[in-house]
Amino acid sequence: MEFIAQVQGLTAIAIGIIIGLGALGACLGIAIMGSKFLESAARQPELVPMLQGRMFLLAGLIDAAFIIGLAVALFFGVANPLLSKLA
Amino acid sequence: MSVEAESASGGLNEYITHHLHHGQIDTGLVDGKLGLFNWDSWAVSLVLGLLFLFWFWSVARRATSGVPGKMQAFVEMVVEFIDTQVKDSFHGDRRSVAPLALTIFMWVVFMNTMDLLPLDLPGWVVSMVAGEEAAHHFYMRVVPTADLNTTLGLSVTVFFILIGHALAAKGGFGFGKELLTAPFHAHGGMAVVLAPVNLIMNIIEWLVKPISLAMRLFGNMYGGELVFMLIAGLLASGVTFAPGVLFNAAWGIFHILIILLQAFIFMVLTVVYIAGAREGH
Repeated sequence: MEFIAQVQGLTAIAIGIIIGLGALGACLGIAIMGSKFLESAARQPELVPMLQGRMFLLAGLIDAAFIIGLAVALFFGVANPLLSKLA
Repeated sequence: MSVEAESASGGLNEYITHHLHHGQIDTGLVDGKLGLFNWDSWAVSLVLGLLFLFWFWSVARRATSGVPGKMQAFVEMVVEFIDTQVKDSFHGDRRSVAPLALTIFMWVVFMNTMDLLPLDLPGWVVSMVAGEEAAHHFYMRVVPTADLNTTLGLSVTVFFILIGHALAAKGGFGFGKELLTAPFHAHGGMAVVLAPVNLIMNIIEWLVKPISLAMRLFGNMYGGELVFMLIAGLLASGVTFAPGVLFNAAWGIFHILIILLQAFIFMVLTVVYIAGAREGH
């Protein structure tokens, strides 16, 4: 019984690390990109429509790794495959 | 897995595991898990693809150069949007690339939009038609792009299209030469030394393209579905029902943006990769 508890506890810590570090990276990336976008929008307002399209594209790319990590972490949270190896 | 979870969330675990299970057929071709075929992803993606084709074909057939109707105006808007995107990234003959981009974008949008359907809908329909017991053993996941098989199918096809474009633009020899000399250029002896390094880097670069395309789309859709399931499962009691509806609605509205954005990203990246394969370094 302690083995199951240990696997579950370590899985919980792992989920926290995955989501936390992923969110840290994604938020910093979007923040830096957003600040550059605002600067260039202030400098050249006529380019804003084009830059906005590119910005959304980049936002999707930056979020990609984080959301993949989120999906993996949530999968471990609800249907932990590591628990079945104990059987 | 869920048999050992005798905790308070045993019901939640079972609910989520049931909803994460694909409708599968065992083809028996390969032993074990590899022989399973996700018929739900295949059937839904086929129906949605045919729906898109039939819709655009019927509008194009009746297209007039006079005053357009609303349907024709909408289809023209979509086609022009895709064409603008392709024109921005690809400087060459667009006639083979733009239809591919249109197909990828519209098909992925249709497949992603299935995520907005209520999660319990297929099970509810089955329980209406065939009873409660049949619904317990009925597994269906209606979002094809939340299945890694579908997204890998799309991206591996794009990968072969990229290789086709590269071979067409540079020829077999030119393509091979570029694999060996690409990021690091040198002459004479150093070129021979750098060739394996270049080759490894190019192989990694070429393999990362389909894998990242597939994983990005899959991760976004699978994560979206999982969050829907978690909100529904965690906030399903009498008291928490109203906040549950609110949270699910908020996540659904956010997810509409993600659906369109991920399809757009897949399309733009395909076009950018094709442009890169044709023009080279």
